[in-house]
Amino acid sequence: MKLTNQPRNYGIISILLHWSMALIIVGLFALGLWMTSLSYYDPWYRQGPWIHKSIGLLLAALFAFRWIWRISNITPQPSDSLKPIEKKLAHGAHLAFYGLIATTLMSGYLISTADGRAIEVFNWFHIPAMGVAFEDQEDIAGDIHYYVAFTLIGLAAFHGLAAIKHHVIDKDNTLRSMTFPKH
Amino acid sequence: MKKTSRLLLAALALTTSMAHADTYKVDTEGAHAFIQFKIKHLGYSWLYGRFDKFDGTLELDEKHPEKAQIQVNIDTTSINSNHAERDKHLKGKDFLNVSKFPTATFKSTKVVTTGDKSGMLTGDLTLHGVTKSITFPISYIGGGDDPWGGYRHGFTGTTTLTLKDYGMDYNLGPASTQVELMLDIEAIKQ
Repeated sequence: MKLTNQPRNYGIISILLHWSMALIIVGLFALGLWMTSLSYYDPWYRQGPWIHKSIGLLLAALFAFRWIWRISNITPQPSDSLKPIEKKLAHGAHLAFYGLIATTLMSGYLISTADGRAIEVFNWFHIPAMGVAFEDQEDIAGDIHYYVAFTLIGLAAFHGLAAIKHHVIDKDNTLRSMTFPKH
Repeated sequence: MKKTSRLLLAALALTTSMAHADTYKVDTEGAHAFIQFKIKHLGYSWLYGRFDKFDGTLELDEKHPEKAQIQVNIDTTSINSNHAERDKHLKGKDFLNVSKFPTATFKSTKVVTTGDKSGMLTGDLTLHGVTKSITFPISYIGGGDDPWGGYRHGFTGTTTLTLKDYGMDYNLGPASTQVELMLDIEAIKQ
């Protein structure tokens, strides 16, 4: 396996970024849904959001690195078995992922910083607030965070099904290029 | 016929009772009016918050304070407890559900004077879509000319609401089922 992306396959850095972020995003989604359903006296009522926000901000750093890695690397070409429309769809979905992840991260940040409070990342450091951007910020950002996160998970499900379809039905290189590529 | 005459009588009664009443506007513009609340946190301390946006009018005949009428409209989305995440929760479905009930209103129905500067105020409070008649003591603090050519009066009053009565039954613990509402109003003659 190569570190950097190859014309037909992803490199080890891209593969690690892809799967670690996939795992973190699904985990944050589940944690977010669960923690907002907890009662006030639940021991996790404060612990859940604390972990959710801490991991979310670390994910933002990972996301920024992933973006840099993407633009400083070549993007592997999709399998030849893809129809032109499929190639366009796949490319659109990948770009949509970036947009959805960025929006979810940003809106989450805007909920917790709507009163000028910083966000604590574990017991490690604080990310300061940028100041209040708009009125009712915590509500509007909250709605965006909720619906965009659902859209993101919906797209991820579609993305996963598409990968399985390419692997099982089309028997092409799509899934392998992001898992165990043969360079 | 009977109905019409009764209506006329009511209208007449209304106009005579209003004859000497002046209209006052609650001074939200200069922020000399506050709608604050406090609720116990875990039973260990008091948590304070307020509504930043509201407006109100007062009809007051100085010679007949018992005929006074007051109406206050509160923008529930403006709740502020100095913590955005908590305010988001308070505005959500567990509490005020502001997207469905963006306004809370209080409309007085009866004023009884109990002393020179004290009285009992009765009125309909609509909160979280539930309307209830509440009665609570109010005090007149003072009033008269202000230094800028206006004329104003100020009142204060406190009442305790049980959250469950207004359809809010989120469990905050046994010590936190009631909220104390503190109303401080300065009103300027229009």
